[in-house]
Amino acid sequence: MSAPNSSYDPVQVSSLSPDEVEAAVAAALAAIEAATCLEGLKSARLEHAGDRSPLALANREIGALPPAAKAEAGKRVGSARGRVRSALEARTAVLEAERDAAVLREETVDVTLPADRHAQGARHPLSLLSERIGEIFTAMGWEVAEGPEVEAEWFNFDALNFTPDHPARQMQDTFFVDPPSSGLVLRTHTSPVQARTLLARGLPVYVICPGKVFRTDELDATHTPVFHQVEGLAVDEGLTMAHLKGTLDHFAQAVLGEGITTRLRPAFFPFTEPSAEMDLRCFVCRGADAGCRTCGGTGWIEWGGCGMVNPRVLVACGVDPDRYSGFAFGMGIERTLMFRSGVADMREMVEGDVRFSAQFGVQV
Amino acid sequence: MRVPLSWLAELVDVTDGATGEQVAAALVRVGLEEEGLHGGEVSGPVVVGRVLSFTDEPQRNGKTIRWCQVDVGNPDPQEVVCGASNFAVDDMVVVSLPGAVLVGGFAISARKTYGHLSDGMICSTKELGIGDDHGGILVLADIGVGAEPGDDAIALLGIAEETVEVNVTPDRGYCFSVRGIAREYGHSTGRTASFRDPADRAVPAATADGVAVRVDDDAPVEGVAGCDRFVARVVRGVDANARSPFWMQRRLQQAGMRPISLPVDVTNYVMLAMGQPLHAYDLAALDGGIVVRRARPGERLTTLDGVDRSLHAEDLLITDGADDPGSRIIGLAGVMGGRHTEVSASTRDVLVEAAHFDPISVARTARRHRLPSEASKRYERGVDPDIAGAAADLAAAFLVEHGGGVADQAVTDLDGRTAPLPVSLPVDLPARLVGVPYDPGTVRDRLVEIGCDVSGSHGTGSDVLTVTPPSWRPDITQAADLVEEVARLEGYDAIPSVLPQAPSGRGLTPGQRRRSSVACALAGAGFVEVLSYPFVSPSVHDAFGLGADDDRRRALQLANPLSHEQPELRTSLLATLVEVLRRNVSRGTVDVAVFEMGLVTRPRAGAPPARRLGVGRRPDAEELGGLDAAVPDQPMRVAGLLAGSREPAGWWGPGRAVDHGDAIDAARTVAATLHVPLVVSADEHAPWHPGRCARLSLADGTLVGHAGELSPSALLALELPPRTCAFEVDLDVLLAYAPDVTAAAPLSTYPVAKEDVALVVDAAVPAAEVERALVEGAGELLEQVRLFDVYAGGQVEQGQRSLAFSLRMRAPDRTLTADETAAVRQAAVEEAARRHGAVLRGAR
Repeated sequence: MSAPNSSYDPVQVSSLSPDEVEAAVAAALAAIEAATCLEGLKSARLEHAGDRSPLALANREIGALPPAAKAEAGKRVGSARGRVRSALEARTAVLEAERDAAVLREETVDVTLPADRHAQGARHPLSLLSERIGEIFTAMGWEVAEGPEVEAEWFNFDALNFTPDHPARQMQDTFFVDPPSSGLVLRTHTSPVQARTLLARGLPVYVICPGKVFRTDELDATHTPVFHQVEGLAVDEGLTMAHLKGTLDHFAQAVLGEGITTRLRPAFFPFTEPSAEMDLRCFVCRGADAGCRTCGGTGWIEWGGCGMVNPRVLVACGVDPDRYSGFAFGMGIERTLMFRSGVADMREMVEGDVRFSAQFGVQV
Repeated sequence: MRVPLSWLAELVDVTDGATGEQVAAALVRVGLEEEGLHGGEVSGPVVVGRVLSFTDEPQRNGKTIRWCQVDVGNPDPQEVVCGASNFAVDDMVVVSLPGAVLVGGFAISARKTYGHLSDGMICSTKELGIGDDHGGILVLADIGVGAEPGDDAIALLGIAEETVEVNVTPDRGYCFSVRGIAREYGHSTGRTASFRDPADRAVPAATADGVAVRVDDDAPVEGVAGCDRFVARVVRGVDANARSPFWMQRRLQQAGMRPISLPVDVTNYVMLAMGQPLHAYDLAALDGGIVVRRARPGERLTTLDGVDRSLHAEDLLITDGADDPGSRIIGLAGVMGGRHTEVSASTRDVLVEAAHFDPISVARTARRHRLPSEASKRYERGVDPDIAGAAADLAAAFLVEHGGGVADQAVTDLDGRTAPLPVSLPVDLPARLVGVPYDPGTVRDRLVEIGCDVSGSHGTGSDVLTVTPPSWRPDITQAADLVEEVARLEGYDAIPSVLPQAPSGRGLTPGQRRRSSVACALAGAGFVEVLSYPFVSPSVHDAFGLGADDDRRRALQLANPLSHEQPELRTSLLATLVEVLRRNVSRGTVDVAVFEMGLVTRPRAGAPPARRLGVGRRPDAEELGGLDAAVPDQPMRVAGLLAGSREPAGWWGPGRAVDHGDAIDAARTVAATLHVPLVVSADEHAPWHPGRCARLSLADGTLVGHAGELSPSALLALELPPRTCAFEVDLDVLLAYAPDVTAAAPLSTYPVAKEDVALVVDAAVPAAEVERALVEGAGELLEQVRLFDVYAGGQVEQGQRSLAFSLRMRAPDRTLTADETAAVRQAAVEEAARRHGAVLRGAR
């Protein structure tokens, strides 16, 4: 490096001449432009912008110029180096982008290769449907009550006005616990939960009781000895069969679709009086197809039993039938699932084949 | 109950041309559910023909056919081939002509057969759907029907007539009769006034010289006399060869009964018509007067079905005995007669019994002897006690008319009936319970219409009516029963739809919400929820390898299991879940992870029986406590089984087989969902592998369940895949321990300090114990400890292993210094050294 030139000495330094500088810039720009990869660009940078490059050398010469010339030369060389630096940056950005793109291209995989690394689990649709029904009723302010599956005969029958010798008691096809003197049965319906609820809770009561029930039927396409029921019970002042019908209409529409209505037909159950069977408007033909195979052309499908709670049941549960009235209903959840999801054979619901539940995932 | 339309029309006005379907629809409206329609299958030209001539033509196949010329009212005779030979020239027969359709959709056309063109068919009763006789063709003279050639046989024989079958609910015993169905049809169609009661006939009064009958009930069931009415009529000189008329046989068949003999057919016919069961005795076989009494220990009876039965002291009997009245048993009252006095082909003098027996007594006897009969079915549901006389009289009249007999003037009628009790009905109750504003006049009219006697004014809504139900409605005993009558006659379709407003609820209980969360968490972990029946065989306990005194062997037994091989209720979910796994594997699903959530039954030793409490009042706390003590424990469990691969093999590499850790992880998922920390320790608990079984417990030591790999011997016995893993935990225990509210701790935002330690310990020391020592030694600055490597081999002494843990430390209020971090690490290691002799790897 030259020593500072403190006195003005207008010696011409050839490397600082405008032409020389311009030529160095041109060479640098050409080299930068010609670089096709980052490696090549690095060489170009060392050659044209490095410490030994013509412009760097020219820059060092500025200090040797007389003060009057310093400003001009400095300006010229600075500008030149700036242009080269900009070109380098621009080219670097381009080449880096190209390199990045190439890396991504190289890393491309076949995303259609299977990605099933974990088995999908599922809930049983009967559980899901029970929970859905629970949602429908809790949304109306009802609560969900539960009770034991092995139940005292008194709760399963006597409290519900099934007298010991009444034919209705025989019709229930009951599983009895051995010895019969134990007074225990497998509950034939979830109705004993109604009695337990009335005994345990204050009035008014609005509950549904979903759960497993048992009857001595052999398994076939439409029967299973272990199945699920949901019963509803409302006991309050001023309840009528009209409220029963309103509740069932709402329930039917929530589970099976808008526009489905129910029909009541006179029937007999020991724990309700008046009693009714409830039919659903056929959700397939809605009563419009005489050849409908779902409802046999009648337009109606049997869904379950219902009625106004028999005053004798209220008395056995300590409720004053002169002040309170109530309604109750019950239907099979299997049957409801058959309607809702088109399950044709009840055996598929009970065999535990994972392929059955898997169809539903966690939504019924 | 099956009712032919013509029989119905005899008792009530039926719309002209009403079809079976229309009649059934009318009956459904008042509560008689349609079970089916029968008959009406035969159509087209089916006519009466006179056999003019025939030729017997033996065939090569050994049969002989008849080539017949039959006059069917046309100028030219009809020529038909017939396979039967039970007819003669000039017999009147039924000929189906081409175009007719017989039973089973059998279409008739002219066809070539046996070398002739057969232009129709001579029919049997079976082909016409009016009988079972297929041995020969129907000869009209045999059934006492006169007709001319060409007459329409369908109309003549009622062949096309439809029969409506309805389901009779247990409260409507009176509908097991055409009398009851006709009344209901009248109610449904507004034609009650046209009802013609078959019991409405002049009946001779009882005389003193009738057959002696005595009721001697020394042990009434529930305090009710076993027999409160007994009518006996005698018809003498009945022609033993007389057959019941064709129309009666036809109706019996339509109603689903077989014609047998005139006396039997008559009793059945009258029973179907009126609902009063009758019994016909061979008078000659009776020995003296009749005594109705209870059975004595050791007595036996052979009933009409040929079964010798040991009698029970509650059985009500019909007995006789001239020398020793009541000494010989001749029938189970209201259920079935005995053989001694059965009417037979030689019977000339017939005694007809029309009695009224206590429904409960009959129900118990029929059930005890597994002998449901047409009679017991009616008595159980209630028979009208007022019609015994009319029924016996009608039967006697039929025996006189069709059997040529003479009825005795003497009539026995032992009558101890009690009048139906009146029921009070606030006249506005139907409107209040049903939600339809019935006016008081309507209420009164409807009750009168069903046969009630109604008294009390009905001027204002607050009046109370006194309603006495008719004799055929013993089911009406309270005001609500009357409400149903009003509602169903006015029509359930009049009831509006009104949604009630329940008070604000609290939604699901915490337990209900959490159970759902657990099930969803397991589904999220790849498990599929299944349901299994709770019935098990005791052999499953042996397959599980349970000890002789294992609690799980103490199962509740069913008295009437579906399969005698599976009489027990499960005491664990795994006991029934194994079958589900086996089924899935056998159906080709090899990688299986299933779970079930449900109750198991754990009987308590020495539990008292569940008493049958009364129903007239609320049970007291002691009585309810007694029931609670009797009902076995039924904890809610969740269990799972895993087999095959937990992670599948694929293009990414090999899969990972299920191992014990997957089962423990699933149990941890369950507990974590409920925010309950689980303590895992080694255990030996069948059916798990004794070296791969984890005991899962709460911090206080309470048992929650077990998880791990199942033992090879159990897997072999259960025919499950090798290395199957399982968990079963008690949800009730977890739920009781789950916090009601989830509390949140503040998060520290200071940097985390990480330290790794490798500790060499005796291989027998459980890793969880070493980890616990580290945690407790490190103190509260330790945020997390995680075991990340286990090493045993060359660089570690035999019988020892190296456990590598990473420690994460963080303070809530500052950045930890290097000294602090080192101190925590050292404290942790020292505690592990103190408890388990752990040595820092490389420090020795």
